Order: sequence, then structure tokens, then C-alpha cells
Amino acid sequence: MSAVQADARADGREAGAPARPRVAVFKLSSCDGCQLQLLDAEEALLELAGAVDIVLFREARGRSEPGPYDLAIVEGSISTPRQLEEIKEIRASARFLIAVGACALSGGIQALRNAVEYGDTVARVYPTPAYVRALATSTPVSDHVRVDLELPGCPVDRGQLLGALAALLGGHLPRRSTAPVCAECKRRGYVCVVVARGEPCLGPVTNTGCGAICPGMGRGCYGCFGPSQPPNVAALVRRFEELGDAPERARDRFRLITSSAPAFRDGLAASAGEPGRTEVTP
Amino acid sequence: MRFLDREGLGSLLARLVAEGYELIGPTVRDGTIVLDRIEAVDDLPAGVGEVEGPGTYRLVRRDDRRVFGFAHGPDAGKRFLFPSSEVLGTIGRRNGHLTAPPAEAGAEGRRAFVGLRPCDLHAIEVQDRVFRGGPEPDAAYAARRDGAFVIGVNCTAPGGTCFCDSMGTGPVCTVGFDVALTELDHGFLATAGTARGGDLLEEAGSREATPGEAAEGHRLLANARVHMGRSLDTSDLPGLLYRNRRHPRWADVAERCLACGNCTSVCPTCFCHDVVDDVDLAGETATRVREWASCFSVEFSHTAGMEVRTSREARYRQWLTHKFASWIDQFGTSGCVGCGRCITWCPVGIDVTEEVAAIRADDGAVALEVGA
Ligand code: SF4
Ligand code: SF4
Ligand code: SF4
Repeated sequence: MSAVQADARADGREAGAPARPRVAVFKLSSCDGCQLQLLDAEEALLELAGAVDIVLFREARGRSEPGPYDLAIVEGSISTPRQLEEIKEIRASARFLIAVGACALSGGIQALRNAVEYGDTVARVYPTPAYVRALATSTPVSDHVRVDLELPGCPVDRGQLLGALAALLGGHLPRRSTAPVCAECKRRGYVCVVVARGEPCLGPVTNTGCGAICPGMGRGCYGCFGPSQPPNVAALVRRFEELGDAPERARDRFRLITSSAPAFRDGLAASAGEPGRTEVTP
Repeated sequence: MRFLDREGLGSLLARLVAEGYELIGPTVRDGTIVLDRIEAVDDLPAGVGEVEGPGTYRLVRRDDRRVFGFAHGPDAGKRFLFPSSEVLGTIGRRNGHLTAPPAEAGAEGRRAFVGLRPCDLHAIEVQDRVFRGGPEPDAAYAARRDGAFVIGVNCTAPGGTCFCDSMGTGPVCTVGFDVALTELDHGFLATAGTARGGDLLEEAGSREATPGEAAEGHRLLANARVHMGRSLDTSDLPGLLYRNRRHPRWADVAERCLACGNCTSVCPTCFCHDVVDDVDLAGETATRVREWASCFSVEFSHTAGMEVRTSREARYRQWLTHKFASWIDQFGTSGCVGCGRCITWCPVGIDVTEEVAAIRADDGAVALEVGA
């Protein structure tokens, strides 16, 4: 963003003082949880407000300023016809675009509908389906526009988000590890729930970044940070079955918060093709 | 050989505490025996045993009150001597000037390790070669290491994945201890490895062991040797692995391996790490942190703009070949001490002894092409 910063200066938007980057926070189809990570950041939020101008953040302030923005932070998936337009407008208004959270990165939990017949589902859920103006699928931001940086999580990890902003303000791209949650469990000395308790856990195939919250509480990971480095889904499905999951249950564990992440979806499809399996992935 | 009863061990530990040592010993947490800070002999896992196998670890009740009646959990000395995350330094910027406050050396106090196993002691010697054996010794590691007091415990109950006997590292402590114990029903046989250890044994009220006690110790340890959970044929391991770089078994294991890196994290000799810089929002302070990393991560092989080991097959082969072969070229010792932790704590139960045996069974099945 330092290049962006220099541009802002050249624009002379604040003659005299060096202009601070203009930041906008947008929300599409999502629960607001990722924005709350920013809003709840307390002292760090004040520090951030000292380093940038937050000119649009509907969750936090009533007044919004129009673009262009040096940085757009986008939460949420593309789930309605209006959002198809909106994301293009956001992209056009922003020099650097960060997509945050499982919804923006893989369609979120609402992408569960991608695998079923849309019309049927709407009819079953809503008394007056005609009022619902939604797309048949929920898709990630990167399906529609260029994304400069993706930060996973449900919600995004506050430390990771602030760290990324600090790196960008310092003029370099943030480091984004693709190691699995296991790496974090072991660094923190958490006991492995698979080995010590026989509890299915998505940690071995899920991207690190959350601080291994769930295994730290003695639970298996739900995979909310999405796939890590190319994951071996088939091997973990087999392990879940050995631990007592029925075949469909083992596979459903991958179909939750980041069900539409290609590495999980394709991994399941590949594992369905293994000898001895007849079932077809939707 | 000396003999120390349970009370005597208690007073030995109390003396270490009085001298300012922090005690690190085995204790039960989350269904596992972990190494953690303990206060006294009562924190040791009395009457607890374990069943270990590939990908599984369960605690069981023993029908005695032994405090070292198990093999080990996931932790070894590594977690404390080579911490999983360590600040290497900070740099500040004030009014256009850079400042680098000197690192706080020896921030942690001295530690006394209680109950490290023979394989663990060998693993510390291996990491010594890595961190302080070269021309640029790691000062923080050396300080932690020099400050440590070590009570080793000989193994009378090897775990289901142990193969130290094959690797020549156990089940009896031979290196790196101040005091080594063998647990009997009514107390401990004790040997001093250093003068300091000998003095402490005296002060803690030990007495000469009776011939009967010494013989019982011998019997238990001889019995341990024949109750190793695993074994490994170590003959010419480097040659075997180097000439089988294209063996079909690598693809077979890659199909099962999650590349999760748990094996490298629990391995007491694995030392790979990443160095990460963090800046604060104001752009005034940068912190450089060293943290555990793993050769199983794709990102770990990121070199000059690209990843050089993109397949799981290449990464598994890299790990196993480094452990058992190129480690010897690099450090003059095997990188494996036979503790079996990588087998137990692998979520899918991949067993290094089985993988090596499978390669040996088909040695040369696929010849290396000339020049490969
Ligand atoms: S452990 Fe898994 S499910 Fe839990 S917070 Fe982390 S990524 Fe999400
Ligand atoms: S390679 Fe496995 S058995 Fe060998 S020292 Fe490491 S963890 Fe122990
Ligand atoms: S061998 Fe096991 S522990 Fe090691 S990376 Fe593969 S699956 Fe993980």
C-alpha cells in the first residue's frame, strides 16, 4: 500500500500533511462477524484509525465517503443479483482489495445451497419464495473480480487482519502461511484430539491462522479457515471412517463452513472415485 | 549404584527448587502425559501407564504406584530447549533513527528436567550438534542448555512404538544426565552422571543399593530390551535410501500421508524453523520471531520465488531420507533416536519402521537411471 500511499500524496488530497490511505470496509452476504473482528479490536482500532482514514464502514459509522479508496476490505459472498454489480463497483473504486473470511473466500456456509436444487430449497424455506431475490449459488469474491489478498477464517483472525494491514502500511505484502492447523496445535503444546481421543478433526487439511482454537478446547477442527496447502482429503476421509464415521458422515465433515472451497470439493470427488466407493458427490 | 526412596526423590526435587530451578517433568493433561512445569514429586503421574500404537495414544491405570511406569507423551526436551516460538530481536524506529535493543539473554530461569528418557537425552545431544556444534553457536540455546539439570529415567516399560534398542540409544541412559534413575517397586536405583548429580544424591539421603536391588534393576532393563514395540534394521540405511529414491513405496506413502507435519513437530531432533518478521500498525517496531516449521509444508521449500518440493511424495522422501541418511553426512549422527513419537502422533499412523522395511524388502526394485 505504500505505492498507494504515494499516489494519495500526489493527489494532494491533504495538502501539506502526507495523506493517509483511505480505507473502506464493505459487506456482502455474511454475518458481520469478520467486520466485528475489526470493530472489537479496541486499542488496535484506535491505532489503525491513526494510521489510515476509515471513510466507509457502515457497521461502525453513519457517514460514508465515496471512492476512490486506497484499500477495500470486503466481507461476504456474492449471493444476490445486486451483489454481482456491487462487487464490480467496489473493485473499480479500490486500488487494493482484501477479501476477508470464509464467505468472501469460498462462498461461506450459504454455499451449501450450491450442491442442491435451488428452487426446491427456497420453496421449502420461505413462505413466499417470490420475495426472495437471490442467485442459485453463493460464490467467492475472486470468482467475479481480481482480489489482491485473501484472509481466511470464520471469522477472520483479528491478529492476522491487523498484521496484514500493518504489513501493507509498511509497504510489503503480508506473509500468509499455508501450513495446516496441526502446526499451530503443536507449537502451542495442544494434545492431538485424533490420536489421544479418536476424535475426527479437520486440522490436518485446514489452513492455520486461527490459533488452533477448537483443538485447544478439546474439539476437532471444523475447517473454518478452509483448505491448507493442497490437502489430502481422501486420506483423512479414510481415517474418519476408521474412527467410526459412516462414509457419508466422514465426507459431510468437509461440507460445512468452506464446503465450496475447490480443494475440499474436488478432494471429496476424487475420494468418491476410490475403489470400493459407489457414491457420487453432488 | 545408589538407592533413593520416593521421599528421597522428593527431597532431591525440593533441593533443586530451593536452588532456583524450575522443574519440568511428566504430568497428566488432556488424557496424555505431557512435559510441563511441576512443583513437586506429587505431580508425577503415579500409577499411570499408556498404550501407544500408530496414530493412537491412551492412558491406562497401572496396578502399582510407579511414577515412571510409561514411556513418553508427545513432548521431549526440545519444546523447552528449542521453544516453538522465540523472539530473536526487535528493531524500533524513532524520529528517523533505528534502534535495536539487545535481546534479553537468559530470560527464562534454569530448568531441571525430571524423567527424560534415554532417547530424549540422545536427541538433546543431536540438537546440540545442530544449534551449537557449528561455527555460529546459538547463544540462547546454549544458555538454556548449560543451565539445565537433567534427571534421566531408564525405561522399564517401553511404548508400543519405541525402537531405541535398534537405534542404540536406549532403554538405558548413557549420555547427557546428571542423575539417572531406574524405578523399582519401592524406590529408585540411582547413578550420578556428573559430580553435581552425585552431590545431590548424597544430600537427598540416598544409600548404597543392595545386590538384590541392583539385580532387580538389571532384570527390568533386560526385559525392556525384548519388549520394544518396534524394531528397525539399520544396516547401511544411507545407502539403502540413497539408491531407492525412485522406489514405488514413496508414492504409496504419499497417498496416505496428510503432510500435516505432526511427525516433525513431535520428533525430538527435528529443528526446522521459519523466521517471521512482524511490524506494528504505527510502523515503529519490527519483531523477528523464530518458530517451528516443517519440511512437510509446501511453503517450507519456497526458494527463490518457487516451491521446490511440491508433491507429498517429494516431501515425505525428503524427511525420511534426511532423518536416516543425509543427517549422518550433515551432522555425523543419525537424525532418528528411535523414540517412536512420529509413529504414535501421526494422525493416520504412518510408521517409519514399516516404510523403511518396505523399501528394504524391495531394495533396488526401481533402478536409478544413470546420472540421477
Ligand atoms: S480449529 Fe479449525 S474450526 Fe476451529 S477455529 Fe481453527 S480453523 Fe476453525
Ligand atoms: S524420526 Fe520418529 S522415531 Fe525417530 S527420533 Fe524422530 S520422532 Fe523419534
Ligand atoms: S507422516 Fe503422518 S504425521 Fe507425518 S506428515 Fe504424514 S500424516 Fe502427518
